[in-house]
Amino acid sequence: MTETSTVQTPTTSELATMPMAKALNAGLDAALAADDRVLLMGEDIGTLGGVFRVTEGLQKTYGENRVLDTPLAESGIVGSAIGLAMRGYRPVCEIQFDGFIFPGFDQITSQLAKLTNRHEGNQAFPVVIRVPYGGHIGAVEHHQESPEAYFAHTAGLRSVSPSTPHDAYWMIQEAIASNDPVMFFEPKSRYWQKGAVDLSAPSVPLHASRVVRVGSDVTVLAHGAMVAVLLQAAELAAEEGISLEVVDLRSISPIDYAPILESVRKTGRLIVAQEAPGSVSVGSEIAATVAERAFYSLEAPVLRVSGFDVPFPPAKLEGVYLPDADRILEAVDRALAY
Amino acid sequence: MTDPTENTTPTPVQFIAPDGSFAPNAGADEYRDIAESIDDAMLQRMFHDMTLVRAFDVEAGNLQRQGQLALWVPSHGQEAAQVGSAFATRAQDHVFPSYREHAVGFVRGIDLMNVIRLLRGVTHGGWDPKDPRNGNFHLYTLVIGSQALHATGYAMGIALDGASGTGDLEADQAAIVYFGDGATSQGDVSEAFVFAASYQTPQVFFLQNNHWAISVPVTRQSRTPLFHRGTGFGIPSVQIDGNDVLASYAVTAKNLDDARSGAGPRLIEALTYRIGAHTTSDDPTKYRTDDELASWVARDPIARFQTYLRARGADDAFFADVAAEAKDYAADTRRRTLALESPPAELIFENVYTDEHPLTAEQFDWLERYEESLEGGDAR
Repeated sequence: MTETSTVQTPTTSELATMPMAKALNAGLDAALAADDRVLLMGEDIGTLGGVFRVTEGLQKTYGENRVLDTPLAESGIVGSAIGLAMRGYRPVCEIQFDGFIFPGFDQITSQLAKLTNRHEGNQAFPVVIRVPYGGHIGAVEHHQESPEAYFAHTAGLRSVSPSTPHDAYWMIQEAIASNDPVMFFEPKSRYWQKGAVDLSAPSVPLHASRVVRVGSDVTVLAHGAMVAVLLQAAELAAEEGISLEVVDLRSISPIDYAPILESVRKTGRLIVAQEAPGSVSVGSEIAATVAERAFYSLEAPVLRVSGFDVPFPPAKLEGVYLPDADRILEAVDRALAY
Repeated sequence: MTDPTENTTPTPVQFIAPDGSFAPNAGADEYRDIAESIDDAMLQRMFHDMTLVRAFDVEAGNLQRQGQLALWVPSHGQEAAQVGSAFATRAQDHVFPSYREHAVGFVRGIDLMNVIRLLRGVTHGGWDPKDPRNGNFHLYTLVIGSQALHATGYAMGIALDGASGTGDLEADQAAIVYFGDGATSQGDVSEAFVFAASYQTPQVFFLQNNHWAISVPVTRQSRTPLFHRGTGFGIPSVQIDGNDVLASYAVTAKNLDDARSGAGPRLIEALTYRIGAHTTSDDPTKYRTDDELASWVARDPIARFQTYLRARGADDAFFADVAAEAKDYAADTRRRTLALESPPAELIFENVYTDEHPLTAEQFDWLERYEESLEGGDAR
């Protein structure tokens, strides 16, 4: 992905170019090296290195007691991670695919999310749940979904999603350092896309959103893989003389509204994009909040560009379902028509 | 359908027969040394704790009926299973209860007023498991069976820390998790068995089969004796008479020490009975017979133990002292319950997160301003 304008270009010698999967691997490696209470656990993450190879080589480096190949049971993975956290560990669980998170849903939402509250603050639960999510990979059912809204709706959890290798490298380390449970949504269609990683410093704090392309006519906002689609749309719009300001949400819970509102007060128009179905979604929440807080700045209603409210379709039809740059530009035209 | 509690081979481990006589059966052989090592002072402490918690439990049920508690979950009838197993834990062990283990918590040292606070609706938790005074007794878990995985993860941590299997029984740690017959149908309990067996965790699964999951009999949960489940997962398992405090103590002590020594997880199925209702919202007369209830009342764990203690020489004065103390404890529970204050409104925003979270902070600020506006003006 091409970052422009406001993004600071690192100048140190610690700049490296790598795909997101490798950046995550390097981030996990750094976290394992920094704190021996950090454990990785999940299905096929050890010997195989995970089905996406995000944990490749880590078991060899840190041993079977730090990188655990678990039985094939998501509730078991999350539930035992909770017990390990009570013991003082900082477990990082890998859920193999987005659609396989639901067998662990009770342990995540009724236990992990609520346990700090139930313990009246006497016990922290620093558990990270890594979830490769989203479409664009041509896979079978349950392998291309975007379930983040379920978790963003649940108090006690934090939810984030990086869009670049640089953010992936730093955000996974920051998520592991968090004393609260963090749902870490990895846009798996971006796993193999290379980008610059500044190994010396993160860009912004874990829960900050930020402008990744400066523009003046319409603000477009997304998280994860959709950010790249927005940047593509911005390039196309520029050819037509329309200037899009692109905001990378980065954090879904909590949502950092300050940069969003600042941008909307400048452009007067907002489009929120996401792969997930639009009804009762992260985009719905942002649209409602921006309408409440920036009503007099808006020149047009906040528009959502989302997946349709249908099951994620068979792979041959994913292109129909997933918002692309053209659907973003169609919404831009509608916003500008007001 | 066959009754899984009847189809038991070998016979459940038993030391004290329902009539109070000391009559160890064949299954008790390997635990006999442990049972006979308990001195009279400890036996009397066990009786004391069983009696006090029953008095507490009855009084708490009364308090609920009088509107002082949102709900009560009776432990009545399960005191031998709970007190025996709790006495068998060592100080360094970690205990993961379901939500009916009042007697276990009492033995481990928590103030049972914390359970009252939970069921009065003052808190979702009630005590700090990390506070040394609370005996590593973890919080109640209301989603059936979820705590089995927490205990298993905790026990994985014990093993990873090298805090088990060193050969020092006084230092090696183990976890024990309590759950019921209904919970055995939950996936989480099976997943806990899988993880425990796979990682050979130092832990004991303590299953109190009280024969009823609200209105559903154990025959609906299982066609086989429940302790056979453990064997299928590769977990050595044993069934005991859960109304015999000696059996509960001796078998739990042996199995916890095996587990802490590195031999892997163990499962104990304690056959007992929920004399009371599932909760105060329940009406057991709708689903179980008077005859069945009477047959279990005849096997009451406290009455049986009392007969046994008398035969060992405990005198009227001892029993009178315990009865008086139990009566005082119940009265004290009532007095302290009535004195409980409601929590402050801001409690709902506290400890949702450990680190700062802007959304809860904003909503807390809003609530404060809203309440000030009501107090400050003529808004209402």
